[in-house]
Amino acid sequence: MKFTAENPVVEFHDLTVAYHRKPALWNVDLTLPAGALIGIIGPNGAGKSTLIKAAMGLLPLSSGYVRLFGAELDAVRRRVSYVPQRESVDWDFPASVMDVVLMGRYAGLGLLKRPSAQDREIALNSLEKVGMAGFRNRQIAQLSGGQQQRVFLARALAQEADLYFMDEPFAGVDAATEAAILEILQELTSSGKTVIVVHHDLQSAASFFHWVVLLNMRLVASGPVDEVFTAALLQETYGGRLTVLAEVGELVRKRQISGREKY
Amino acid sequence: MDNLRAFFSFSDPNVVSVVLGTLLLTASSAVVGTFTFLRKKALLGDAIAHAVLPGVGAAFLWSGVKDPLMMIAGAFVSGWLAVWAMDQIVAHSKIKEDTAIALVLSVFFGVGILLLTYIQHSGNAAQTGLESFLFGKAAALVGRDLWVFGAVALVLLVAVGLFFKEFQLIAFDEAYARTLGLPVGRLNLLLTSLTVLAVVTGIQAVGVVLMSAMLITPAAAARYWTDRVQQMILLAAGFGALSGLAGAYVSYVAPAMPTGPWIVVVISVVAILSFFFAPGRGIVYRYWQQESLRHDILEENMLKAFYQMGEQEEDFFASRPAEELLAWRKFPPASLKDALRRLVRKGDMVRKNDAWQLSPAGLERGRSIVKKHRLWELYLSRYLQLAPDHVHDDAETIEHILTPELEAELLRMMDYPDLDPHDAVIPYGEKDKKE
Repeated sequence: MKFTAENPVVEFHDLTVAYHRKPALWNVDLTLPAGALIGIIGPNGAGKSTLIKAAMGLLPLSSGYVRLFGAELDAVRRRVSYVPQRESVDWDFPASVMDVVLMGRYAGLGLLKRPSAQDREIALNSLEKVGMAGFRNRQIAQLSGGQQQRVFLARALAQEADLYFMDEPFAGVDAATEAAILEILQELTSSGKTVIVVHHDLQSAASFFHWVVLLNMRLVASGPVDEVFTAALLQETYGGRLTVLAEVGELVRKRQISGREKY
Repeated sequence: MDNLRAFFSFSDPNVVSVVLGTLLLTASSAVVGTFTFLRKKALLGDAIAHAVLPGVGAAFLWSGVKDPLMMIAGAFVSGWLAVWAMDQIVAHSKIKEDTAIALVLSVFFGVGILLLTYIQHSGNAAQTGLESFLFGKAAALVGRDLWVFGAVALVLLVAVGLFFKEFQLIAFDEAYARTLGLPVGRLNLLLTSLTVLAVVTGIQAVGVVLMSAMLITPAAAARYWTDRVQQMILLAAGFGALSGLAGAYVSYVAPAMPTGPWIVVVISVVAILSFFFAPGRGIVYRYWQQESLRHDILEENMLKAFYQMGEQEEDFFASRPAEELLAWRKFPPASLKDALRRLVRKGDMVRKNDAWQLSPAGLERGRSIVKKHRLWELYLSRYLQLAPDHVHDDAETIEHILTPELEAELLRMMDYPDLDPHDAVIPYGEKDKKE
């Protein structure tokens, strides 16, 4: 089941993404509405992170394309922000909380320039929003998991973007952090920004999101949460993998077929 | 001693030149190496260091003279060729990165030694001193060599200064840097080129065999002293320079001695000292911290025992010999007397002949430990539904680490309970009153 968004902010057109030639996502075709809090939901290995990494240009596409604000990513990069999974970096890196949040300002700075007083102010504001201003000089290794997640969120906020892709921002955080993050995301969407979140917890999904994308190596459903978050569709998403899809993917890898035929 | 004075008076212009050159080379390698270290590419640095040797040999064979510019060009090309070869092996075969690094390192180094041996037997008079590239010879840093190598070292320092912010970002979170639209591919290319150049300049002072130590060790040592990249780079440069100075001195005193091993010994000593003695991260510091925690726990257990005995006999200030304490609860006999002595010194106990008794302060500490113990037992049995005979061991640990904030939280949650799961009274003090 698939609903089409009016004035879509994000469009995935017939998107196939592969790791080492083995497709992880098949022919995803959908549009996402502006100003909504959107959840991408599916079991482990369903390709949730793959989808947003593809949107951020971090993975090569085997076929299809992505449009953000109706344009290529490069044309609108300054309006788009990405929050990677917390475990994707080494938190023992010698940096302070402020150092990390300031990284969100680097895109606007250009090469060779140092962050200005204004950049610092924006970074500090972002830290205040996530309730971490008091930790700005703390070494990042000393933070708890929830605090690290907030720092990543603050870094994204410092980009002052209109569209946010977040990879599991609620994974492994305490209840207080979860509530704080949810509140920030709701503030963002109520001011017209779009937030797309990879999410693994079905229990909270229905209450968190306006729009839900159900994924399991292919698109199962995409639409308003009331229409799509149904027992039947969830069963289809979580009720086992399409084994044929997985096996064909393995064949593609073994035969070393590269993407689509070009001629 | 005379040597030392002559060296550090810097009256010999050659000494000045060698020292300046060595300092610049070792410091700049350490600065570039900081990013090699932070990006966890130490092995890659080692491979590059060994892989520049065939380039040095080939440059000499091709030009027939020992010219620093030619050497640098040759070394740069073969260093980059090695990086490219490693990338290709990983991308187009099933061989993993560590194996690819080992393969490329040994093949390139082997070819380099082959070329060097061939040159040495070719009878070319200009070849003397070429073997110093293996283990370094700081004393050779004079005249044109100094200017060329020094200039490259300056280029390295300036480049890292200019691109510091970008290098820091891709070392921490490369994917994020990509999403910001930074030219990550080109920045990586630049950083690898800087690493190759750092190796090339460093080999005059340290030699190819030990060059990777010059890249990595100063940064590894510096990491122990600071949590900020900026400070880490400055410290690494300082450590590098210190070892460079030692190398230059050795080269001055004993011109026949290769300087590389000396430089590496000095920087390794710095690293080992950091490893053991740096505050916060050093082994000695952590050991000392654990030891003082162990002391605290032992002392608190003794105060607790005194409190409990006093509770039973309804006489908290009775004086008791050590045997009575040991009969109540097992303590390590070897550290018993030491712990009692410390308690007396802290004013928690008073010694009377061969017996000890609690002071009012000691009674207060003992009471506080017992209170935390019983509170935690009650918490476990109420909130984790543990049987009363299963909560004691856990509480034995938690009583020593419970913070005042958590204790207040427990009191609030359980509304100032009177009895623990074993029906023992939870002893409150003056300050514990309910608000």
